[in-house]
Amino acid sequence: MPNLPAMLRYTLKRLLSLCISLAVASLVIFFVIEVAPGDPATFMLGINSQPDTIAALRTELGLDVPKWQRYLSWVGGLLTGDFGTSYTYRTPVAQMIADRLWVSLPLALYALTLSTAIAFPTGIYAAARRGKAGDTAVMGATQLGVAIPNFWFAMMLVLLFAINLRWFSAGGFVGWDKGLGAGLWSLTLPAISLALPQAAILSRVMRSALLDVLGEDFMRTARAKGLTRGQALWRHGLRNAMIPVLTIIGLQFSFLLAGAIIIEQVFYLPGLGRLVFQSISARDLIVVESVVMLLVFTVIMVNFAVDLAYALVDPRLRSRT
Amino acid sequence: MSRNMIIGGLLTALVVLAALLSFVWTPFAHTAMNIPQKLQTPNMTHWLGTDHFGRDILSMIMVGARTSIAVAFVAVGIGMLIGVPLGLWAAARNGGWIDELIMRGNDLVFAFPSLVIAILITAIFGAGAINAIIAIGIFNIPVFARVTRGGALPILAREFIMAARVSGKGDARIAFEHVLGNIANLLIVQATIQFSLGILAEAALSYVGLGAQPPTPSWGRMLADAQTLVSIAPHMALIPGCAIIITVLGLNLLGDGLRDMLDPRLRVARV
Repeated sequence: MPNLPAMLRYTLKRLLSLCISLAVASLVIFFVIEVAPGDPATFMLGINSQPDTIAALRTELGLDVPKWQRYLSWVGGLLTGDFGTSYTYRTPVAQMIADRLWVSLPLALYALTLSTAIAFPTGIYAAARRGKAGDTAVMGATQLGVAIPNFWFAMMLVLLFAINLRWFSAGGFVGWDKGLGAGLWSLTLPAISLALPQAAILSRVMRSALLDVLGEDFMRTARAKGLTRGQALWRHGLRNAMIPVLTIIGLQFSFLLAGAIIIEQVFYLPGLGRLVFQSISARDLIVVESVVMLLVFTVIMVNFAVDLAYALVDPRLRSRT
Repeated sequence: MSRNMIIGGLLTALVVLAALLSFVWTPFAHTAMNIPQKLQTPNMTHWLGTDHFGRDILSMIMVGARTSIAVAFVAVGIGMLIGVPLGLWAAARNGGWIDELIMRGNDLVFAFPSLVIAILITAIFGAGAINAIIAIGIFNIPVFARVTRGGALPILAREFIMAARVSGKGDARIAFEHVLGNIANLLIVQATIQFSLGILAEAALSYVGLGAQPPTPSWGRMLADAQTLVSIAPHMALIPGCAIIITVLGLNLLGDGLRDMLDPRLRVARV
């Protein structure tokens, strides 16, 4: 396709690879979960139930048709927004996911905001004071931040701020109908515990991206034409350092959405993570499949968007792949 | 050797020694319950205190180190054993369909939220150390494949590879005799990083009850036990948490130090 502009050709190529990835991911998820031991119908009725009752329930749940047919109807449903009906709750899976997303999505965004708000100033500060005491202190703190398990940090936050100081409740979610402030307040401790390791990673990336840029010729030119170190850093350095930083932020968002699974356990939050947990133990396979597919879809889409954003910013990348 | 590397090496050695020592000696039997002595804070008899069953926490931490190290070590082993040959294969067929297939497969594994899949695997096939190892190991494969391919590509373009080819060596022999040795540094550094991530993943899995099962002690489960008692016995949560932090911090510092030492180019470029 020599006539197509490079950007369009690149987009089409990435789009094709995106579709293949999604198709393979859906196959893997469906069949891994389907080989799981334990029949949902038997699980729901108990092991002492009559074989014909189980058979009737299997028919009702659509479990008696061949696997590939069930796969096709699941994928067909996903494409039209119909995620099926939960085996245990008998409610539409799409509705269950939507309810939980109202907790998990704000939590992920809240944590991402906190992580960025901590990482930017600390990363810039460390880069500006490279090799000095301030840099060493920030880098030491980030080493510690990466090493702390977030669920343990969550327990310590509960001990200090919920049990001793009584500023927050130790768990649970008040719901958005109590107001935005109250909702955010009850997500604060979970968001901090999720954000800490991410902030540590992002701060390191920010610092090293800035230091890479500081060595560039255009930075010397900026200084030579009379800008102070701070002005050059602010006007030219920061903007050029943003590419690696934005990638990491993109990756972190999908990680936060999925990584909240453990933190939701610690704080008893009714989010996607707890939904996956409950569905796995209840053998509610259709819910598990759909939530995992949604998470994988998010990761693949975020990566796609980041790739496209790159190619828009940096024309060299369009011809590379 | 940098200061970081010495600190990292000492912390790692401390944990490994505690794990090794636990095979021959622990202050108390790690499973021995002693209800009258329960929930003691650190003292002369029980150096790190006791838990809600009166078990000695130091003994449990020492035996728990074994679990953490074993799970993370084998998971890294799985990643290297499968990932490194795949990466070498992809590099040798650079640009071909094998390369494309392996690298796209890698991307796909990266797209799966690792913790969710690990939870899925252990929940479906049963909780336990073996399934935890497999769940963590799977996600190490693409990491090693990518690092190996990236490291092998520039090596494969060098003259001595061409010389080996002219002398009649096949792809596999070249990969193992000439490429592997030249990327060993990269792999060692990556293994240290994956090892520390494995320790964290094992702790998270056993915290939600999907790792090593009782009576095998694990740091993650000690934290889960501590959670409901955190207001009356904070030491039960503090001590296993510190054990995890010391191990991960030690491995990370060691990895950074090794990278600087093994690759002098990074020492200059390092930021």
